[in-house]
Amino acid sequence: MTRTLWDSSVGKKTVMAVSGLIMLLYLVVHMIGNLKIFFGSGEFNHYAHWLRTMGEPFLHYEWALWIVRVVLVAAVVLHATSAYQLSRRDIRARPASYVHRKPRAGYATRTMRWGGIILALFIVWHILDLTTGTVHPGGFQSGHPYQNVIDTFSTWYGNTIYIVAMLALGLHVQHGFWSAAQTLGAGNAARDRALKALANALALVLTLGFISVPVAVMTGVVS
Amino acid sequence: MKLTLRVWRQKNADAPGAMSTYEVDGISRDMSFLEMLDTLNEELILEGDDPVAFDHDCREGICGACSLVINGDAHGPERTTTCQLHMRSFEDGDTIDIEPWRASAFPVVKDLVVDRSAFDRIIQAGGYISAPTGTAPEAHATPVPKPDADFAFEHAECIGCGACVAACPNGSAMLFTSAKINHLNVLPQGAPERETRVLDMVDRMDSEGFGGCTLTGECATACPKGIPLPSISAMNKEWLRAVRKVRR
Ligand code: HEM
Ligand code: SF4
Ligand code: FES
Repeated sequence: MTRTLWDSSVGKKTVMAVSGLIMLLYLVVHMIGNLKIFFGSGEFNHYAHWLRTMGEPFLHYEWALWIVRVVLVAAVVLHATSAYQLSRRDIRARPASYVHRKPRAGYATRTMRWGGIILALFIVWHILDLTTGTVHPGGFQSGHPYQNVIDTFSTWYGNTIYIVAMLALGLHVQHGFWSAAQTLGAGNAARDRALKALANALALVLTLGFISVPVAVMTGVVS
Repeated sequence: MKLTLRVWRQKNADAPGAMSTYEVDGISRDMSFLEMLDTLNEELILEGDDPVAFDHDCREGICGACSLVINGDAHGPERTTTCQLHMRSFEDGDTIDIEPWRASAFPVVKDLVVDRSAFDRIIQAGGYISAPTGTAPEAHATPVPKPDADFAFEHAECIGCGACVAACPNGSAMLFTSAKINHLNVLPQGAPERETRVLDMVDRMDSEGFGGCTLTGECATACPKGIPLPSISAMNKEWLRAVRKVRR
């Protein structure tokens, strides 16, 4: 069954849809968590600490966090690998384009590949910035995420990278969520409008929720 | 009507092709698109030129043989087959671009004719039912719920023209394959091969070199028979069900 899944274009697309939905679920939770920054450094830092003690005493310190990290890395790797392989197949299947070209499909649909690449680069920068602190502007203090977030969003490039990536995320989720429903066999004519509306709502809420943080730092609402 | 045609000319599968420009005059608005091409070909033959090769058979929109990309649209600007497209959809003085279906699984044979035998091989892989021969069975012996009959009918309308593949930026045959699978899988007559049908046909579709689905929706927009995009989702559902059920 594993081989059938990975060898078939329909199966690989299933891998892509499931890994995408796992990341999407994580992002919704992550976005809600980020909004705690509006309640001050005490609450935000405490929340970040709780992420490490989550699951105790059943789990040891940071175990739950590591489980989440392993699942996410697996999802990103599977998603990117299947995206790459499916895209190669698609390009090979249509080598010559028409002489008479027409503007095709919506913006979100056409930008899935470039948007995905932007998101992949963003994920790397984001981890190096706020998780490991490797490229963090100013002194990175682990255990003090509130200050770290303010430092990042006090630079013009921090804001630019973040906001561009979140716009790309919104487009990716808008087409991605609806696509995943079709891929997993949940699409039908009666449900189509509801699924599209849900995809649009998810994309909008995620993008606005994430972008509210740098905007709040820029405007001094959070400092 | 007087028209300028830019037509893809290609001697054979291996020769390079290019667009050639022709002028045609005296075209009636009531002619079909293929009759307009017949007029061009008669002139070409009189001048001693090679006529433009294109596929056609029934010329009444039911066989699926005709296949032209007209001004970038598979089957042209109306939602119908090329043979049922009429010149009243164009204006006097228009320039019309005519190209063959483009997909690596549909290689050009000559001019506007492509080889669509990959579709036949997808059908051979599972687009049939096993029925005992002999007298036709009593029609009421196998009840089919109305919604299922409607669903089967909607998908049985596919004429296998390949416009879906031509329109898809990935050269994907998912709309065609889903129409064939959904048509039979929903009916009791198709039940014995329900799982193997979807697995084998999707497998064949992949090995013929068609692309995957990115839910662009161009196929359903081009389809002259109105096979809807969610048909692909229904096929995916059948496929996922079959993978879980069948051990191979
Ligand atoms: C590593 C970075 C990423 C890359 C390279 C990437 C690439 C892609 C590509 C190219 C597609 C469309 C391919 C196709 O239609 O065949 C796609 C679909 C999708 N992506 Fe991503 N993406 C990335 C990150 C994400 C993230 C962070 C999410 C979470 C929200 C996500 C969710 C989805 C979903 C739900 C789909 C639809 C799957 C389907 O069509 O069934 N992706 N991705
Ligand atoms: S699905 Fe529509 S476009 Fe595709 S082969 Fe069938 S009739 Fe033609
Ligand atoms: S020639 Fe038969 S459908 Fe057009």
